Amino acid sequence: MAANSPPTPIPGVNRRNFLLGAGVVGAGALIAGCTGNESSDDSTGSANVGQAAGDNAQPGKEVTIGFSAPAADHGWIAAITKNAKAQAGQYEDVKLEATEGTNDVNQQISQVQTLIDRGVGVLVILPFDGAALTDIGKQSMAKGIPVVNLDRIFTSPLAYRTWIGGDNFGMGVSAGNYIAAYLKQKGVSNPVIVEIAGIDNLPLTQQRSAGFKQSLEANGLKVTARQAAEFTVDSGQRVAANLLQANPKIDALWNQDDDQGLGVLAAIDQAGRDEFLMVGGAGSKNAFNDIKADNKVLKATVLYSPSMSSSAISLARLIGQNKGMGDLVEHEVPASITTFSAVVTKENVDTYMPLGFES
Amino acid sequence: MSEKAPTAAGQPPADEHARVEAGASAAGAARPRFALFGRAIEVRNFGLLLVLVILAVIGAATAPDTFLRTNNVLNILQTASVIGVVTVGMTFVIIGGGIDLSVGALVALAGVWCTTVATQDFGALGMLFTALVVGAAAGLVNGVLIAYGGLVPFIVTLAMLVGARGLAEQISNRQSQIVRVREITDIAAQKIIGIPALVWILAVVVAIGWVVLNRTTFGRRTFAIGGNPEAARLAGINVRRHTMLLYVLSGLCCGIAALMLVARTNTGAASAGSLYELDAIAAVIIGGTLLTGGRGSLVGSVLGVLVFTTITNIFVLNNLSTPVQNIAKGAIIIAAVLLQRRTSGAPGRIRAT
Repeated sequence: MAANSPPTPIPGVNRRNFLLGAGVVGAGALIAGCTGNESSDDSTGSANVGQAAGDNAQPGKEVTIGFSAPAADHGWIAAITKNAKAQAGQYEDVKLEATEGTNDVNQQISQVQTLIDRGVGVLVILPFDGAALTDIGKQSMAKGIPVVNLDRIFTSPLAYRTWIGGDNFGMGVSAGNYIAAYLKQKGVSNPVIVEIAGIDNLPLTQQRSAGFKQSLEANGLKVTARQAAEFTVDSGQRVAANLLQANPKIDALWNQDDDQGLGVLAAIDQAGRDEFLMVGGAGSKNAFNDIKADNKVLKATVLYSPSMSSSAISLARLIGQNKGMGDLVEHEVPASITTFSAVVTKENVDTYMPLGFES
Repeated sequence: MSEKAPTAAGQPPADEHARVEAGASAAGAARPRFALFGRAIEVRNFGLLLVLVILAVIGAATAPDTFLRTNNVLNILQTASVIGVVTVGMTFVIIGGGIDLSVGALVALAGVWCTTVATQDFGALGMLFTALVVGAAAGLVNGVLIAYGGLVPFIVTLAMLVGARGLAEQISNRQSQIVRVREITDIAAQKIIGIPALVWILAVVVAIGWVVLNRTTFGRRTFAIGGNPEAARLAGINVRRHTMLLYVLSGLCCGIAALMLVARTNTGAASAGSLYELDAIAAVIIGGTLLTGGRGSLVGSVLGVLVFTTITNIFVLNNLSTPVQNIAKGAIIIAAVLLQRRTSGAPGRIRAT
């Protein structure tokens, strides 16, 4: 700005401009340097990859896999895409064509259409909305391109060759059984059990809640209070802060998502509460670290691991090469695979650590 | 209640200061300033206070052993504080005849930027500095494009909404950045004279905002520009520069709110502050500010935020499901606006601008 100009008849204004200009430039330089995010103790960045075993490890026919998923706006979906790419990189006979993730179903449909037009061998699709992408899945199958439907299921089996996904209902069951066993062991009568769900109008949220409710019922327990957050840290904080006020004494809390769990834990910390057991959901690296450190109310989390994306790529490769799965007798890949929702606690957290995703 | 009335009446006030002051006062009669302040509280926001009281009664009746407990009231205030600070900036922008759709994204961007590993190395002050500068700078971009680029605020801030959130995702690599600086995370748990620090921050921001809006030339110019930019320009106000500053102010408020949210969640995340723009705009409108600008109340906006937060709190205390919550929220927004308009007796006000 006025930095290099000689003194003018109005020095006051000039000096002010000079100082302002220098300040702005200085602040800009300082701030711009602050986008660095490399942590010195960052030993992670690893994705889940698995090795093919037996005959399936031998390179076979070259397979081009088209991959489409929602926008990586949170850690889990980000891990899905990262895992798919890493797993594809493991095989020398796989070529991955991944599209940029989008949360607009219209956009995703056209991306899948593009992949079909480009003539990929197999499609791996995690639809933003299963119902909306079902038609394009059917078209792809009709054209002879097998579809591996990842996690969010299409409304018609005609739309996919194989479905692989997590067990939302099973997550609720695992969490419910774990909490019931804990309360039984502690001998609490009439316990206050609180649930913080994810986005309420998603079927996956409803399934998780149904599983939780039913497994508690089977143990003669029930959910005292249930509120839905939005899978985001700040919504988790907001809902938990209110819920803690609504329930002055809690015995157990299940939070369906570890990412929103960061906010839930912050609210618990701020309210100074530690009288209850908290169980998480999904299995993020942060949750694993907390469980391992054992210094917060979070003592366990039930898995919904994005490693399923690595498996989906492996399945797509086998389908493309007309192979079956090693240990199974069938000559073909099964039509449906549901991953198991294991409970990760302090005892077994180390074995699961590599599966933890950065949320 | 038209602010143009006094000037049109052929008796132009000596300066825009007097003109706007006259416009803000209903009859245009000379009143002592404190009386004007009293009026602002009593009449303009009476409807909202009534809504709050009704909500409190509902809360106390449906959750008798929890709603009125000190901790719960403080929790409501604390939850309101983040969005409250955003709403202060939004009130200025809307009174000035604009709109800022980018606030939620700016909260996310400033929150992410001030929690990067590199920024956290500079400690609490570095984070504070970064949050404020990032917020203000993004606001400056909005302001320059709108005021000097001649672009429509709706479009510019919509673009910023998309762009800023994208940048936040880019910087954070779409991951939640955990805060390790204790001074920052302690803010959320800290209390001063029994009141949480976050609530104090809101109080200070609102107090400063109120003084600036109602007691300085800057505030009067804001009303003037929102009411009639052309008249304001002819009155000698630098409309462009002022408009630009309004967006900088809004951005700055987002920076403050971002740091508060970071303190509250111990995390900087690109998903933070989603739909804050709608919450803030709704609170401002419920608070009696005209969406077309030129007329508005900061106290009303804050009451609007409190109405929203109290509603949510009551829902959670009663363990209502999300669909029921959403239906009721929609109905309550309309009811609040209707009640607010009726009690301040102002169908005529709508015609004013």
